[in-house]
Amino acid sequence: MIELSLTQAIGYTIGGFLTLCIFSFLYKDNPLYKFAEHLFVGTSAAYWFVTFYHNIIRPNVINQFKEGNYWPIIPVILGIFMLFRLVPSLSVLSRMGIAFSVGVMAGYQIIRHLETNILRQMGATMQGFDKISFTAGNIGNAINTILILLVVIAGLVYFFFSVEHEGAVGGVAKFGMWMLMITFGATFGYTVMARISLLIGRVLYLKEQWWLSIKYLLGI
Amino acid sequence: MSFWEKVNDLDRRIIYLIIGLTVFIPLLFNVTMESKPTQPVENIYDKINSLEEDDVVLVSFDYAASSLPELQPMANAVIDHLFRNDIKVVGMALWPVGVGLGTLVMEKKAAKYDKEYGKDYVNLGYKSGGLVVIDSMGGSVKKTFPTDKDGVALKDLPIMKHVNKLDDFSLAVTLSAGDPGLRHWVMVASDKFGLPVAGGCTAVSAPQFFAYYNSGQLLGLMGGLRGAAEYENLIDVPGTASAGMSAQTVAHLMIIIFIIIGNISMFIIKRKKEKEKRK
Repeated sequence: MIELSLTQAIGYTIGGFLTLCIFSFLYKDNPLYKFAEHLFVGTSAAYWFVTFYHNIIRPNVINQFKEGNYWPIIPVILGIFMLFRLVPSLSVLSRMGIAFSVGVMAGYQIIRHLETNILRQMGATMQGFDKISFTAGNIGNAINTILILLVVIAGLVYFFFSVEHEGAVGGVAKFGMWMLMITFGATFGYTVMARISLLIGRVLYLKEQWWLSIKYLLGI
Repeated sequence: MSFWEKVNDLDRRIIYLIIGLTVFIPLLFNVTMESKPTQPVENIYDKINSLEEDDVVLVSFDYAASSLPELQPMANAVIDHLFRNDIKVVGMALWPVGVGLGTLVMEKKAAKYDKEYGKDYVNLGYKSGGLVVIDSMGGSVKKTFPTDKDGVALKDLPIMKHVNKLDDFSLAVTLSAGDPGLRHWVMVASDKFGLPVAGGCTAVSAPQFFAYYNSGQLLGLMGGLRGAAEYENLIDVPGTASAGMSAQTVAHLMIIIFIIIGNISMFIIKRKKEKEKRK
């Protein structure tokens, strides 16, 4: 059983009310939904502003300046330049900040992406071919290894548009399309699970915290 | 209007209501359902069981309130398991809100297993930069995070005495809702520094991360609420994920039924229209 203080009970009650306001949109758009939506956007913006100030600007800029380290002035200037997109006559300056951050991250990430998402994944797709065995107990693994390679090739052929998808190429491309559909189906299943999980989270909140708060405030 | 035409034109609010009830009723009556653990989840459990008492595990809380229903049960289960096995835990976050959510879990479980802050566990807090932060930790954890979330110098904390680089951790577990998160831990901690990385992610992103698990870049993976329920089942500590799986299952069944009915009605109406055209 959760023990509540008065402030917690009030907070949970407001949270429950706002949750119901948001759910009311499922019936139709209404002023209660609009109220909750605008409140959410406003408080989120304020929360993130304060969070970023305390976690990024204060330790990385203000505290650094206080300690006599003035190098952060460079990223600060580039950051301010980005805001110049809002001033048409100075918007060209914003490109400097954007170009710098895109350039640095591209240079930094390209090697890691190449290794993690291309080389290692290619290796994993082809691995096991040297150890393929159709002896008892290994047939499942052997079929799996061959199937993975075939599906990957078929998927790639589907996106290869330099050759017309006719005859054998067309057949492979069609097989690739079916495999893609199965993948999308699995992804859709997971997406449904994620959305239902969020609903479960809200229902559990209403059932536990909110209901307890109501009982606490009513003295039941 | 025939029956199937009525079905085809069904007010979507009725479907919302049915889905709402299928979720609400099992939760109201506390209907529980056992989730049989799968290999990706079991791998994490086995790895933690294989660790020694002096081992230190890094847990990164890379999520915010929007994915709390899926990832907080995972955090609860993993931290519970680590503390129960007397393994030291270093928490951190690549998402600002993750600090508070991680603190909630660690303090609750520390109270349960009588763990001491600074000696048995610590929360390093949030650092912006994502991939760069992980890379920097590979060189020096103490330079990346000079202090914990409360401003205490890491050199003054007993738990950090033998932890200097990422290599000094026995395992990294990241609970990730997006970027920065699990993908970056695989890219840097696993692929560059060779640290075993296990993860928990939202169900939406699970299919893309199973590719890393299959290639061996990821030690284990908990995908969505089901992954969390499986871990709760393994450690025999039922939590909100186990409670939610019954509702999840009934809701999925209902959606499958809706899809089948929807398709049947579509085909019947289509056939009827073709017949009318031929006449």
